[in-house]
Amino acid sequence: MTDSDTSVAASVTAARPMRALYAGNARSVMQRGWRATRSSNWMIVVSGFFEPIFYLLSMGLGLGALIGTITTETGEEVPYAAFIAPALLAVSAMNGAIYDSTWNVFFKMQFAKLYEGMLSTSLGPLDVALGEISLALLRGAIYATGFMLVMQALGLNLSWWALLALPAVLLIAFGFASVGMAITSYMKTFQQMDWINLFLLPMFLFSATFYPLSVYPQGIQYVIQALPLWHGVELVRGLTTGLVGPGMLWHVLYYVVMILVGLVFTTRRLRVLFLD
Amino acid sequence: MIIAKNLVKKYKEFAAVDGISFEVAPGESFGLLGPNGAGKSTTMRMVGAVSTRTSGDLSILGLDPNAYGPEIRSRLGVVPQSDNLDTELRVRENLLVYGRYFGLPRKQVAERADELLAFAQLEDKAKSKVDALSGGMKRRLTIARALINDPKILLLDEPTTGLDPQARHILWDRLFRLKEQGTTLLLTTHYMDEAEQLCDRLVVVDKGAIMAEGSPAELISKHSSREVLEVRFGSDRNAQVAEQIAGFGDRIEVLPDRILVYSSNGEREMERMTQAGLHPITSLVRRSSLEDVFLRLTGRTLIE
Repeated sequence: MTDSDTSVAASVTAARPMRALYAGNARSVMQRGWRATRSSNWMIVVSGFFEPIFYLLSMGLGLGALIGTITTETGEEVPYAAFIAPALLAVSAMNGAIYDSTWNVFFKMQFAKLYEGMLSTSLGPLDVALGEISLALLRGAIYATGFMLVMQALGLNLSWWALLALPAVLLIAFGFASVGMAITSYMKTFQQMDWINLFLLPMFLFSATFYPLSVYPQGIQYVIQALPLWHGVELVRGLTTGLVGPGMLWHVLYYVVMILVGLVFTTRRLRVLFLD
Repeated sequence: MIIAKNLVKKYKEFAAVDGISFEVAPGESFGLLGPNGAGKSTTMRMVGAVSTRTSGDLSILGLDPNAYGPEIRSRLGVVPQSDNLDTELRVRENLLVYGRYFGLPRKQVAERADELLAFAQLEDKAKSKVDALSGGMKRRLTIARALINDPKILLLDEPTTGLDPQARHILWDRLFRLKEQGTTLLLTTHYMDEAEQLCDRLVVVDKGAIMAEGSPAELISKHSSREVLEVRFGSDRNAQVAEQIAGFGDRIEVLPDRILVYSSNGEREMERMTQAGLHPITSLVRRSSLEDVFLRLTGRTLIE
């Protein structure tokens, strides 16, 4: 063999044990997504931004005029629009992350064979997972920033804690993107993909998004509290209304676990599918 | 460059590749020839370090793909059987983005992309959408993409399947140039003419195992006669006529639509047939090809 072959072998023995999974080049996968968005599907991205804003305007301002204020879990009175705005912010983070990590990923895996191409280069499955998820995150961050600006303009950020809502939203988006991609990697047909929507819509409506959790009987409260969106809504709501407490760390922990579980399953699955 | 010994790949109980051994030298153009389902693509995936072998030894560029997958992949170019170009990107962008997957510097990738567009004769399509390209152009772009990292070995899985004759010839011309430049090629095909055009050496694969190995000319001289007489008497009479001409040539092969008579002199066999009072609907004397080698070795035709 040639000199360059032996030098590769030598450099590898000292390399990271993770190298089969991760080449440290998730950046290139993100750049690919950015180019693709720019050249073909930016309209979808724009439309995703306006959806929660329309909800906020119609329900927050419209219904808010009828409802006035609402009493939170901790007993404070909050204007209705300020109550639902953080929930919609969490929802928009979820939607952005879910769109990018489910339908988009499904298409790339099943039809475009994009990952097959990526994984025949020196990229590893974790590069692909992290790159795709980061792109979903970036999009979530753009949505969230825009939404926060609208909230600020409408006077719905009641505290300086609201600044922390931005990283909180990123955490939420990361959690959903990570789990969303993991679930999608197991899906084989469009019908199965519809199940994801079947789960998301009720979760959006019932996760204390539009009214406090206390309206439910105890049993249903437990169910809602087990679902991810409720934790996101409560976390963001605490920050934008300034009603902050140490209990919110549990919400953070919930998302950290989601992120890790999602990444482990996605990486494992991509490895099975494309590097058998 | 590539050393495979007793390579086996099992999916549950089914052995897709069942004990294949071969070696490919630097600069050589090596072919895996066989029908669909012979285990060619599975072998290619193992050589491409995207599939782990069940047993046997495999060394690519001196490295074991089980341990050095990413290192090996970074020095291979892969042209898969079905195009997996990035349809959300433009033609030139496909090359740029792919180069970045290898972690290559942006500037280097941009220069290389322009060279490769010229090589693939796609310069005026640089800004086109991938879906707007013809089948032959897509293939050429896939090959250009596989060359972006300046690979030591180029793996081509059925490079011209599904292309029209003209597009095939353009592609062969490009691949021939690569060969001349010293790129090591490993390709699979079920086309005889392709194997004869491109391969210095090849193995005939069937049902996961190697049936024969050699250069196209060697294989033909070893497993077939110099010429072949093809005669057709109509599908209902072929079998009956075959009995009458048993003993003609070196060997006779009866197919559903025609009879093949293997001989060093096809014209002479045709004369004997006429003297015996047999007048085929059509007759043809041709040079023996790898198709005949395959038929001889497996009793089956390649494209059924």
